[in-house]
Amino acid sequence: MNDLGSWLLEPFRYTFMLRALGAALIVGIVCPVIGAFVVLRGMAFLGDALAHIILPGVVVAFLLGWPLGVGALIAGVLAALAIGAISRQTRIKEDAAIGVVFAGAFALGIALLSAQRSYAVDLAHILFGDLLGVTAQDLWLAVGLGGLVLFTVFAFYKEFLVLSFDPVLATTLRLPVGVLSYLLLLLLALVIVVSIQAVGVALVLATLVTPASASYLLARRLPAMMAIGAAIGCLSAIAGLYSSYYWNVASGPAIVLVQTAVFVVIAALAPGRGALWSWWRRRTQAG
Amino acid sequence: MDQILFRPPQHDDTLPPIQVENLSVRYNGDLALSDVTFRLERGQRVAVVGPNGAGKTSLLKVISGVMRPSAGSVRIYGHGPGGHVCIAYLPQRSQVDWAFPVTVSEVVMMGRTRKLGYLRWPRRSDRDLIRWSLQRVGMAELGPRRFAELSGGQQQRVFLAQALAQEAELILLDEPLSGLDLPSQEAILDLLDALSASGVTLMITTHDLNVAVERFDQVVLLNRRLIAYGPARQVLSRSALIKAYGAHVHRLPDGEEGLLVVTDTCCEGEEVEG
Repeated sequence: MNDLGSWLLEPFRYTFMLRALGAALIVGIVCPVIGAFVVLRGMAFLGDALAHIILPGVVVAFLLGWPLGVGALIAGVLAALAIGAISRQTRIKEDAAIGVVFAGAFALGIALLSAQRSYAVDLAHILFGDLLGVTAQDLWLAVGLGGLVLFTVFAFYKEFLVLSFDPVLATTLRLPVGVLSYLLLLLLALVIVVSIQAVGVALVLATLVTPASASYLLARRLPAMMAIGAAIGCLSAIAGLYSSYYWNVASGPAIVLVQTAVFVVIAALAPGRGALWSWWRRRTQAG
Repeated sequence: MDQILFRPPQHDDTLPPIQVENLSVRYNGDLALSDVTFRLERGQRVAVVGPNGAGKTSLLKVISGVMRPSAGSVRIYGHGPGGHVCIAYLPQRSQVDWAFPVTVSEVVMMGRTRKLGYLRWPRRSDRDLIRWSLQRVGMAELGPRRFAELSGGQQQRVFLAQALAQEAELILLDEPLSGLDLPSQEAILDLLDALSASGVTLMITTHDLNVAVERFDQVVLLNRRLIAYGPARQVLSRSALIKAYGAHVHRLPDGEEGLLVVTDTCCEGEEVEG
């Protein structure tokens, strides 16, 4: 018992591990809340694109010595507005337009970074996260932005619910559909900014979509879907950090792997909607 | 916050609920409707009929304010549809995936969103209204159920309850009967009768000319233009039907004048005695 206790406590004797835990838990809670809307509204591609579009902002902030979040925030907000504008103003289909911006911005970010001497290490951190390098400043920014996102979702919950369930109803109820859609996109950009430090540009999509998809299979209502998703997010954050500390695995990928494992188990076993359940129903109906 | 984002329009109860004048609508560049004029009185039940592509759905969309007219005007109680929250529009939903994690009560409560206002949560009176609305459509027991578990006819009734919760005075329904079995169709039609008796103005589109004749006061016969408008039996005359449906009208040798059969391009044939 004592052994287990010290095994569990040992990593958190280090301040950098405590900060990492704090950042990972914030990401674990906030991502599935916005991720629920991403999953239900089919915005997964958009989320991935936003994460890549943010890269040049992160790199510029890094080169100027700003907190990465600030650069990412600027790029993310610009990108969210640009994507909204492109899909409304041009004849190009939305996904192709996003693809153009997404690939171009990502290339710009990599090009800026490649001019640096520490290219390889920096690239790895930006692509796959650097939880162990979270500074106190990063952590406070994550707390602030994460809190802002949760508060906004709470405040406009019923409007976001109508918008996601039935956009036509939102229109006939004379809700400001355009403003609400932009707001949701903006929240998505903020969440991505908060997550990049933890899991990196390449894996942000997983933290948005994987816990939310798993909880979708279990929940009857949207608040429950968010809460279960957040629980999976926190569990994965903690399990991921331990495996990172004891087995020397990179923390971002470790967290995402735990999330994926949880998803696989739930997708197989979820009552009513899992694979095993469907198989059993087919079998009993056939027999 | 409410005052900033939302300015309620003038809503004059003495003016007709729907007044359409010289209305034209473009859809993907094509003229879906041109020069349509008619008006409805409070509490009337109106069926919009016409062949596929006649512009029935476009008409409902423009009246509800989901689409804008390219020419002419729509007046709802004397004012453009823009700010009205008294209109409920139930689009055709057969092709939508409704596996959304939401309960029946929550779907009905969505109708209250606007009346509640920003940053406000439902009170007891709202919840009572939700219960009353569900009771009115005969679904009192199903409030806590997952919306996705309901049948098509039940979902249609939930959307009607939503319109009741919205306190809609004008309800527009696009093909509310399609895909439903006969008992479900009857249940919806009886419900619509009860609603119009309590002063709600109703407008539906349908392929079923028999339903239009038997259950509705007025009929709007469309084929991109207004072919005829008025009391159902008067409107669905031989010449008007031929004008609206053209090649889809066939005459069968039956009775004195023959039986007119309207076969539409997508759906089962509908019959009307000639």
